Amino acid sequence: MTTTEVDLEAQTSKGDLLLEVQDVAKYFPVRNNALFNRAQASVKAVDGVSLSLRVGETLGVVGESGCGKSTLARLIAALHPVTSGRIRFKGREITTLDRRHMRPLRRSIQMVFQDPYGSLNPRRRVGSILSDPFAVHTQMSRAEMREQVRDLMSRVGLSPEHYNRFPAEFSGGQRQRIGIARALALRPDLIICDEPVSALDVSIQAQIINLLEDLQDEFMLTYIFIAHDLSVVRHVSDRIAVMYLGKIVETGPVEEIYSSSRHPYTASLLSAVPVADRAFKNGRKARVILSGDVPSPQNPPTGCRFHPRCPKAQAICSSAEPPLEQKPGDPVGHLTACHFPVEAGEALALASREPTDAEDAEAPDAAGEQS
Amino acid sequence: MSLLEVRDLRVSFDTDDGTVYAVQGMSFSVEAGQTLGIVGESGSGKSVSTQAIMGLTPGATITGEALLDGANLLTMSEGQLQSIRGSKVSLIFQDPLTSLHPLYRVGSQIAEAMLVHGHVAKAEARARAVELLGQVGIPEPAKRVRDYPHQFSGGMRQRVMIAMALALEPKLIIADEPTTALDVTVQAQILELLARMQRDYQTAVILITHDLGVVADVADEVVIMYAGRPMERAGVEAAFVEPHHPYTQGLLQSIPSYSGRTGKLRPIRGYPPSLMHQIDECPFASRCPLVHDECRVAPPPLKPVGTRPGHLSACVLPSDRVGLVAAEASQAAAGAAER
Repeated sequence: MTTTEVDLEAQTSKGDLLLEVQDVAKYFPVRNNALFNRAQASVKAVDGVSLSLRVGETLGVVGESGCGKSTLARLIAALHPVTSGRIRFKGREITTLDRRHMRPLRRSIQMVFQDPYGSLNPRRRVGSILSDPFAVHTQMSRAEMREQVRDLMSRVGLSPEHYNRFPAEFSGGQRQRIGIARALALRPDLIICDEPVSALDVSIQAQIINLLEDLQDEFMLTYIFIAHDLSVVRHVSDRIAVMYLGKIVETGPVEEIYSSSRHPYTASLLSAVPVADRAFKNGRKARVILSGDVPSPQNPPTGCRFHPRCPKAQAICSSAEPPLEQKPGDPVGHLTACHFPVEAGEALALASREPTDAEDAEAPDAAGEQS
Repeated sequence: MSLLEVRDLRVSFDTDDGTVYAVQGMSFSVEAGQTLGIVGESGSGKSVSTQAIMGLTPGATITGEALLDGANLLTMSEGQLQSIRGSKVSLIFQDPLTSLHPLYRVGSQIAEAMLVHGHVAKAEARARAVELLGQVGIPEPAKRVRDYPHQFSGGMRQRVMIAMALALEPKLIIADEPTTALDVTVQAQILELLARMQRDYQTAVILITHDLGVVADVADEVVIMYAGRPMERAGVEAAFVEPHHPYTQGLLQSIPSYSGRTGKLRPIRGYPPSLMHQIDECPFASRCPLVHDECRVAPPPLKPVGTRPGHLSACVLPSDRVGLVAAEASQAAAGAAER
């Protein structure tokens, strides 16, 4: 396909398809041999992920470390080239765009990062950091830029008087407000938030979540919200995608996933979260404690990647990879990749096995031992 | 008598920018075999308080009392403290990779404490290290005992730390954010292991964390810290069902409720106070929706509140005003008054 200008000025309205990710994969080569520097293996960080996103909605992506959720975010933001697959934004293929054609796209897709300490240049004043997007993408005069930055600062709850301060003079929560202001500057369509509140204390975290929600309403933003804190994800998301070792294992509307998850991994992930809410705790399903750690994505298990830790695994699970599909009785949009999905009322904890030495030995620590 | 009783602990550090008053009057006690959760946000002094009593804060000015089995840790010499650390009290930290020596095999690191404190033979210490690794759920312990820390995953390393902490069967384990660096499914494994080891060895545990969910799960008693002071102290049920202090209530309401309550979160407004001076009022006064003139006079002492014994709160509000519903109503009222 010859690249044409992505029509970013196209008007979108709530509910229109904004983003389509089709069977996207990203493999990172691993070089073990320092002398010959040959790629001997690859880490399959993202391995065949498909999802779609509509204007104004929030998709929560959850999973444990190493499941590929941050890599997926970077692929969508076009910070990494994809190994295979397609990403369409507003109907245009963006994976094949060259630098020049990519540039207008970068205005429309922005990211907010986890670490507000690491993502702001400590030697530059906040006003100057926030002017960057305007300096790069617009022809504004300095005075206009200054005006825009002050407006931006007050929108995210920062005092415009602090224009000349350095990042170190702000607290963690305020720094994350700066990160959000920077993402918001060029009025993007899509903001990818990669663990935006993980580094913050709980009372400050609530302030930032409320801010993100207010901005979404005000500017009709679409969010991809990546987090490992499942209660935060539940609060902000319309839909959820659960990832395990580079794959989406289950996806669906948020309440559907939290109340009737079908994949054993989702069920055990949800049951493993310690909760402070006593009322909820008493009504909750019994905790499922998985054995072992997440295996290395360099050498993922065959068949269903979750099978070595799965309390329900049978012979077929280690040979055939289950497709992500709608299971009987589930509503449209609730997809599960499992041969033996959890049935309503099933007590998964009873099915779980005591970890044996042999099982533990095959699954965990693979990353460490291979090197 | 409590196993550990800490009274009016104050810790300050002299820095180039002035004195930092990290802990400004902390009191708590731990009973044998119990789990005490110390919860607080960053900078609340939760880690410093326990490190100070164990002599791990060089250069700090420390006052108060910390009685372990009746002996004051704060007046002991470094040598005396050293004999207590590891044998009577051991510590587990957040990041096991930096707490383990990268160049020694884990087996010899576990055995080291036994050799230093326990006066056992080398072979015996080695055998015990293998046994401990097996107890904390590491497969093939006889083989893994010869591995280096980098050959273990994060969860497995934390298991090694627990094995090391248990080596001399201490009476008290201080676990400082032991699961913060771990994924939730691994966190569940480690918390279960800690609970099982505690049962088997009858050890008391002080669990320091910022995660209210973890505390609700494993602690018997909770101390909620803010700006270097205890704000509330209660049994775990009372703390989460009938909190008294507005800070505790604000903290609980900041959590996106797991039961799926919709609507806006209620963050605590503002930011914590600076610790560069001694705070002579209620430290939460500037952020409190229910602040009174009385709060500005002096930091309120802990007083009994609620219906359950042992429930204490450092707040001037009437002592029968407990529970989250009341707080929601009063916060809404305070919000309306602001507007």
